[in-house]
Amino acid sequence: MSLCAHVRVELDAFTLDAELAIEAGRTVAVVGPNGAGKSTLLRALAGLLALAAGRIELDGVVLDDPGAGVYLPPEQRPVGVVFQDNLLFPHLDAVDNVAFGLQSRGVRRSEARRRAATWLQRVGLEGREHAKPRQLSGGQAQRVALARALASDPRMLLLDEPLAALDATTRNDVRRDLRRHLRTFPGVRLLITHDPVDAAVLADDVIVLDEGRVIQTGSPAEITARPRSEWVAELTGTNLFSGTAGPLGNIALDNGGTIVAADHLEPGPVFAVVAPHAVSVFRTEPEGSPRNKWPGRVATIEPVGGRVRIRVDGIPPIVAELTPAAVQAMDLAEASEIWVAVKATEISVYPA
Amino acid sequence: MARARRRNAATDVPERLAIIPIAIATVAVLLFAVPLAGLLWRAPWSSAWDVLSTDAARDALRLSLITSLSATAIAIVLGVPLAWVQARLDYPGKRVVRALTTLPMVLPPVVGGVALLLALGRRGIVGSQLDKVGINLPFTTAGAVVAEAFVAMPFLVITLEAAFRSSDRRLEEAARTLGARRFTVFRRVTLPLVAPSLLAGIVLCWARALGEFGATITFAGNLQGTTQTLPLFVYIKLEGSNPDSAIVLSLVLLGISLVVLLALRDRWLTAR
Repeated sequence: MSLCAHVRVELDAFTLDAELAIEAGRTVAVVGPNGAGKSTLLRALAGLLALAAGRIELDGVVLDDPGAGVYLPPEQRPVGVVFQDNLLFPHLDAVDNVAFGLQSRGVRRSEARRRAATWLQRVGLEGREHAKPRQLSGGQAQRVALARALASDPRMLLLDEPLAALDATTRNDVRRDLRRHLRTFPGVRLLITHDPVDAAVLADDVIVLDEGRVIQTGSPAEITARPRSEWVAELTGTNLFSGTAGPLGNIALDNGGTIVAADHLEPGPVFAVVAPHAVSVFRTEPEGSPRNKWPGRVATIEPVGGRVRIRVDGIPPIVAELTPAAVQAMDLAEASEIWVAVKATEISVYPA
Repeated sequence: MARARRRNAATDVPERLAIIPIAIATVAVLLFAVPLAGLLWRAPWSSAWDVLSTDAARDALRLSLITSLSATAIAIVLGVPLAWVQARLDYPGKRVVRALTTLPMVLPPVVGGVALLLALGRRGIVGSQLDKVGINLPFTTAGAVVAEAFVAMPFLVITLEAAFRSSDRRLEEAARTLGARRFTVFRRVTLPLVAPSLLAGIVLCWARALGEFGATITFAGNLQGTTQTLPLFVYIKLEGSNPDSAIVLSLVLLGISLVVLLALRDRWLTAR
């Protein structure tokens, strides 16, 4: 019971080439910036796009293998999809929306509607059976879409940004419900999102996609602790540097500058992360223990939560997080000339 | 509505200066209103029923219903797939096909009738072949149906093509992932989504077929009970012995047009 896929899709100016394996009963979140190929991957798995090369195998059944001339159209794949914006059929009420898949697969209308009603109960929509999609709230519509995708017992469930269309308050509730429903679905679960919170709450594993390629896989905690892409680092709010480790913990950064870490690694290409709150800011060159210090100029100042985030142009550029009081005491403004310092022990290094 | 009016009042300060366009607009409205008033004014209301019970009038009414409904049925059977192809597929020569299938809307109907006669007449390119297998269209009821379909189908196709084009195709993809085959998708998703436009197209097409005159008289002739539809009947009677029956049947056609207009009021009578 699992998905084993090598997906290669060639579009006009874009190629997706990704390998993934998902065990049944696990939820994998595919994250990545816009245009990374997340939706293309989902469409290929659902059969809405044919592979140029590769192979998709689900529970031992080949769904797509252009080399062998195999391609199952979407209607023949045991795959349920929850689309972005839900895509409920506007002319059908909630029950008929959920019954649609069963009817398409040959279940009689009355029986399909009975089973659909049970599904609506299961997602907590008892009493809303005859509501048309436009009469449902965003969260309710999302639950109907989930019930619709699950009603015909798929072996794989694909969710495309299922929470993107919701406002911030309902999103938390729906996310919690979704987590509960995902746990009860025994098949392969793949979730596309650009929200790291979704990935952290809903997923067992995360796949980071960028420019059509998988650049990292791992648990949400691993991905956050050891990001391998600017995009993830920015999302999780850490500083990511790539460079080459030399002897004695010196790291020559790819984009100029050198930093020193306490951990010694085998010489070679490495990533280094620094949490913004570990970056100290001074008006003049500091004396003392930090082994990393360099001058810079404040590029932007923006409040984030109860802190202030300062983007510093320097070699290398870095983001620091200070308290509003500190910013005021130092009289920091955009274009202020400053020094930054980072203790070697605050730099975490891992092989690239 | 209230908000719109208020905004109007606030912005249209020089409204009182608009005398000239208002005067011209009034003339335009009169151009539409006066003929209708004339028709209603001259209507022989007392003898209306007698006129409607004559054989010739009954024949024309019956024939008009049969031919216009048949033409509409043909337009649906051929026009729905045509509209779908035009909206959804890309192929070389698509623009030519669009021009070709829209042409009857702007072509003088008489020219359409002449063209039909030359192609499908006994000596026509296609007609001579049809003749060999015993099919004869000119001057038959079937010919009247063909003439009406030729003129009226574009109205259905154009309306429906726009609807197919603007309907959300992602819903069709969703249906396919739910196990629906292409035709099921079309029947249960695509068609219901364009149903209002389909209905409007059908009504429009039928109204046009019902009023068809030029192509019908040229291609199918004017034989009572066979090809003499209502408009032909009206024309002949007005020229000849019994203008009263022409007026009464004109009123019948006018009444049908009003019903059509009411049926489509949400589309056309509501200013956006």
